[in-house]
Amino acid sequence: MRKFDTKVQHLKYKILREVARLAWTDDLLEHVTDIPAMITQGIEATMRCCVHKEQAIASERVKLAMGGDRSNPNVIQVIEMACDECPVGGYKVTDVCRGCLAHRCEDVCKKGAITFDENHVAHIDKSKCVNCGMCAKVCPYGAIQDFKRPCERACKVGAIAKDPVKECASINNNKCISCGACVYQCPFGAIMDASYILDVIDMVKKSDNNKNYKVYAIIAPAIASQFSYAKHGQIVSGIKALGFHTVVEAALGGDMVALTESQELVEKGFLTSSCCPAFVSYVQKEFPDLAPYISHNMSPMGALSKYIKETDPTAKIAFIGPCTAKKMEFQKDGVAPYVDAVITFEELQALFDSKDLDISTMSEDFLDNASYYGRIFARSGGLSDAVVQAIKEQGIENFEVSSVVCDGIEACKLALMKARALLKARKPLGFNFIEGMACQGGCIGGAGCLTHGEKNKMEVDKYGKLAHEKTIKGAVSVLNQD
Amino acid sequence: MKTRVTVCIGSSCHLKGSRQVVEAIREMIADHNLEDKVEVAGTFCLGECQKGVCVTVGDTFFSVSPDTVEEFFKTEILAKA
Repeated sequence: MRKFDTKVQHLKYKILREVARLAWTDDLLEHVTDIPAMITQGIEATMRCCVHKEQAIASERVKLAMGGDRSNPNVIQVIEMACDECPVGGYKVTDVCRGCLAHRCEDVCKKGAITFDENHVAHIDKSKCVNCGMCAKVCPYGAIQDFKRPCERACKVGAIAKDPVKECASINNNKCISCGACVYQCPFGAIMDASYILDVIDMVKKSDNNKNYKVYAIIAPAIASQFSYAKHGQIVSGIKALGFHTVVEAALGGDMVALTESQELVEKGFLTSSCCPAFVSYVQKEFPDLAPYISHNMSPMGALSKYIKETDPTAKIAFIGPCTAKKMEFQKDGVAPYVDAVITFEELQALFDSKDLDISTMSEDFLDNASYYGRIFARSGGLSDAVVQAIKEQGIENFEVSSVVCDGIEACKLALMKARALLKARKPLGFNFIEGMACQGGCIGGAGCLTHGEKNKMEVDKYGKLAHEKTIKGAVSVLNQD
Repeated sequence: MKTRVTVCIGSSCHLKGSRQVVEAIREMIADHNLEDKVEVAGTFCLGECQKGVCVTVGDTFFSVSPDTVEEFFKTEILAKA
């Protein structure tokens, strides 16, 4: 049994695996409609009210595994039928309320929404309540709870809510940053990231064993904390066994970015990072006035892909990482010419198993292109460390990096609000670099990871220290850069 | 027409010293003022990982190491430049 955090991930994986299995042998068109029955197996429902609904939802998942609704510009898509339409009551007093005498809830409520019945038990008048949550905070028993849908709770940018007409969840594409938090958190698996596994399979097949062109896999450094049942070298062997020509570390792109981004920082004096596509999207959507301060560097994925295509113009490149927002980034104008597809670690696992590859029994190939600094981009704070190091290595004096490390999109919001206010007031910022990472913990918290755990940060640092090259300049010195 | 020297910088060759090979070739190109005649480029994986560090001069394949790079440069590049 493969290790996923949740059964929802496992279900999604099974669908992806079966779609891929049929695609490798050109049988998808003929047998695609057989997949839902393979997933549910038998006539007893195990997940929903009846097996028919299970199969209907499974067919929707198959569609997403095949690229989803291509008319929807967002790669994060709701499977309406799968949404359980969770209640959206907002703050409610539960039966934990003991009818105490203090009535802190009443005192703190500025709207006068709290009343008491004859047993002193609190009630919230919904016509007055504004869902500020103060009553819940002050209740000594924790008796007041916020009944919010898990997707809404997960989405820190307020992009998902109950559809105004239907009961199911609906994503506001003007706000969504494609981070995938809702995908990971929805207990019913009603939100999924559209998959490009078919693009990858097609790319590999048409290359005819890399004879027509070479297919490169660029792998994100968050790999350090993934596929814990196998060794890194075995993951590389597995990717090559799928038919890729070679595997290159995205962390080398991280080294490249650390150098150029540090130069840009020194030149401009204030900068936000640009490696996290969800963060960049957030700045563009919610802080357009700060968009000019986003680093003009491509992300490590983009920078490295560009380099590879310059040295091998017919190359096809697939990025494999923890990130659903990268699926949005690779389709953007500046990146599209260089990256041909993006898949997640979840999807890589599905691809391995679609070819029945047990990577844990394979020999160990090598993966070593980047420095420690490029590799630690995968965790919060790593990018800032790399920029500091790059400035040191280039011998730039009289410049001190003062970074605000934003771990998660809420922290990004706070730093951006502060920057906006101070810039407007023409006051000194007190910092000159905002490292924005939309996911908690950095990329290792990405929605496309197989597993998430406390030790993942440590794994990234450990993996970083194993790098053959010890400096950023050492790692990039092999590239032809003028 | 410039002679194109391609050095594999894929993981396997990297661990066998492709950085030293690239740097040595670059240095020797500069020492012999061959910048106009020879260019060196890195590429990811030439598919002969066991024979690394993999180097090609035009279409011809060579197996080079940091220890043999000087000899390789003299016979395959300098002599023919």
